[in-house]
Amino acid sequence: MSEAENKPGRELPYVMAINEGIREVLREQKDAFIAGEDVAIAGSVYGYCTGLLEEFGEDRVVDTPISEKGIMGLGVGASATGCRPIIDLMFMDFVGECMDEIANQMAKMRFMFGGKATLPVTVLTMGGAGGSLAAQHSQSLEAWLAHLPGMKVVMPSDAYDAKGMIISATRDNNPVFVVLNKASLAMTMEVPEGSYEVPLGEACVRTQGKDLTIVAFGRMVHEAIASVEKLKEIGIEAEVIDARSVQPFDTETVVNSIKKTHRALVVHEAVKFGGIGGEISAQIQEEAFDYLDAPVMRVAAPFSPVPFSPALEQIYIPNADSIVAKVKETLAL
Amino acid sequence: MAKKKNVKTSVPSPKVLQELHRKMVRIRRFEESAGKMMEDGKIPGALHLYVGQEAVASGVMQHLSNKDWITSTHRGHGHLVAKGGEFKPMFAELFGRSTGYCRGKGGSMHISNMDLGMLGANGIVGGGPPIAMGAAFSNKFKKNKNVSVAFFGDGASNEGSVHEAANMAALYKLPCVFVCENNGYGEYTPQSRHQAIVDVADRASGYGMPGVICDGMDVMAVYEAAGEAIERARKGGGPTLLECKTYRYYDHVGVRGMGLNYRTDEEVEEWKNKDAIEAFEKRLVQLGVMTKKKIENVHNAINKDIEEAIAFANDSPYPLPEELLDNVYNEET
Ligand SMILES: Cc1ncc(C[n+]2csc(CCOP(=O)(O)OP(=O)(O)O)c2C)c(N)n1
Ligand SMILES: [Mg+2]
Repeated sequence: MSEAENKPGRELPYVMAINEGIREVLREQKDAFIAGEDVAIAGSVYGYCTGLLEEFGEDRVVDTPISEKGIMGLGVGASATGCRPIIDLMFMDFVGECMDEIANQMAKMRFMFGGKATLPVTVLTMGGAGGSLAAQHSQSLEAWLAHLPGMKVVMPSDAYDAKGMIISATRDNNPVFVVLNKASLAMTMEVPEGSYEVPLGEACVRTQGKDLTIVAFGRMVHEAIASVEKLKEIGIEAEVIDARSVQPFDTETVVNSIKKTHRALVVHEAVKFGGIGGEISAQIQEEAFDYLDAPVMRVAAPFSPVPFSPALEQIYIPNADSIVAKVKETLAL
Repeated sequence: MAKKKNVKTSVPSPKVLQELHRKMVRIRRFEESAGKMMEDGKIPGALHLYVGQEAVASGVMQHLSNKDWITSTHRGHGHLVAKGGEFKPMFAELFGRSTGYCRGKGGSMHISNMDLGMLGANGIVGGGPPIAMGAAFSNKFKKNKNVSVAFFGDGASNEGSVHEAANMAALYKLPCVFVCENNGYGEYTPQSRHQAIVDVADRASGYGMPGVICDGMDVMAVYEAAGEAIERARKGGGPTLLECKTYRYYDHVGVRGMGLNYRTDEEVEEWKNKDAIEAFEKRLVQLGVMTKKKIENVHNAINKDIEEAIAFANDSPYPLPEELLDNVYNEET
C-alpha cells in the first residue's frame, strides 16, 4: 500500500481496475491462473487482460477454444485439485453453454462429497444491456446463479469494488461469480494501488436519507444515485444501498436502513419476474414488516428478452427517471 | 469414412453461373454498405461482416429452395442474402426499425426470415447446428424431401453443441449438411491455437459421416461439393461435413481489415489475391458466359438496390414502446 500513499487520488476506469485485480491475484497466489476465450494474446475482448500474458506467461494466462462447458469444467477440476483458477466467461449469457458445470458440479461438489472437496474458483463474467447487443449478449442472470446453494455471486458497481471484490473472490474458498457490467467499463474513480479486499456479502450505503431506502444492484446503483438528486428537488431524501453481493445477501444493512426510512424500493436490471428483487422484498417483509409504512416496490426490466432496437432498449432498461416515478408511487405522491 | 478433397469435375450451366455471381456481388455490396452505415452511426451494436466468404454462402444456397432450412451464425447477413433476403427489410433490421425482418427486435445477430427458410443468425457460437439437426429431423419426420444446412465457423467447431448435433444427425441419418466455414480464426485466435487439427473435416469420421474439404474461395468448387452433399441428404443418405477454407477480409467485428495485431497484412493480401468474386468474374468472361459490360451492369443494378434500401431503412420508423412486449408469447388462440 506504500505506492498508493505516494500517489493519492489515482483514478482508474472500471476496466483497468479489473485488470489490476487479476494482476494482484496472479502476483500473490502462485496457484492462480486465468483461462478464457481470447484472454491471453488479445487481452480479452474488453481489454481487461491487457499485459497479463507478458507479465505471467502462457502457463498462467491461458487462451481457450470456444468451449464454455470445457472452460467451466477446467475451473471445476482444477480448483478441486489444488489450483485457484480465474475463469473468464466473456458474456454472462453464455452461462447457458456451461450451466451443468456451474449448477450441478461447481456449486454442489463440496456438499455432495460431505465437505471433502474445496473449490476456490472465481468466474468473471460480463452482464448488462445498453449497447444494442440484443437478446443473447445483454442479459442479467444473477438470479439464476444466486439460486444455487454453494455458489457466491457478487456485482461490483464501481472500479474500486471491482478490483477489491476480484481479490476477495479469489481468496475465498468457494466458487464465486463476479458479475461485471459492460456499460460501466469506462467509468473512472479513485482506485488504490496494491492489494485490498472488498468483503463478499456486505452491502454499502452510498447515500444517506430518511424517507426511503433504495436497494440497487450493479450498474443500477448509479441510476439510483442519479435519482437521488432528482428526488431532492421534490423534497425526498433517499438512502441508496449498493447491495454489492447477491449471494450471500446482506439483509442486515437493508433492514437497519428501513428501520430509519420505513420504505423500500429494490432496483435491478434483470427482468422483474423471478428476479432477485422478489427475494429481497420477501426478506424485507419477513424481517422488517413492523417498520414498513408502504409496500416494498421494485423497479426492474419488463418481461421480455432484451430488444435490439435502441428505441426499445432505451425504455427496457430501468433508469433514474423510472426510479423517481416508482419512488413517487411508493410515497403516494 | 475418410475425408476427401473436392475436385471440380464439371462446369455449371450459364444460368447457374450468373446466379452464383449475382449472389456473391449482392452479399459483398450489402456488407460493404452495412460497414459504412455502421461507421456513420446508423447501425448500433455489433456487426460481424461476411466480406471475403461470399463464395461459401452462394455456392451452398444455389442448391436450396425456400423450403430448405438453414441455420446461420453471428456472421449471418451473407447467408440470408444468398437465401433470398431482400435489402430493404435487412437494412431496416440492422437500423433497428420496425420495418425490419425482425421488427427491430433482433438486429444483426438475430436477423432471420422463416419464409425464406432461414432459421436465424445466432449470437451463440455453435447455436445453429443443433437447430439445423432438429429441422432435419422434422423434414424426415414429415417425409418431405427438404434438407437443412448448418453453417458454423472453425471456432464454433469446438463447441459441444456441434458435436452433439453431428452425432445425432449421423445416427438418425438426417437430411442435414454441416458446412464449416474455416476462415482460420475464432475472433482473434488463430486456428492453430484453438484446435490441434488442421482440417475440421477430420472429425467427420468420428461422427460417422463423410467429410469433404473444398476451396471456399472458389464458388464453383463450393457449388459442386455442396451439391453432392445436399443431394445425398435429400435422397436419404444422411449428413455430410463440408469444410470450406476461406477468409474474412475485415476484423472479427467492424470493418477494419488491415493493421490488425493478430494477423499480418501480407496474409490478408494473399487471400485477397484469391478473391472469389474477382476470380469468378475473370472465369465468366473466359467462359464467354458474361461480358465485362454485363458484369458491370449487374454491379450497377445492385448498387442502385442498395441505395434504395438504405433510404428505405433511413425513412422507416422505430418500433413503438408498446411493441416491446409483443412476440414474447404467441397470443393466438
Ligand atoms: C457461446 C459463445 N461463446 C463465445 C462467443 C463470442 N464469440 C462471438 S464470435 C466468436 C468467434 C467465432 O469464431 P468462428 O466460429 O470461427 O466464426 P467466425 O467469427 O470466424 O466467422 C466468439 C468467440 C459467443 N458469441 N457465443
Ligand atoms: Mg472462424
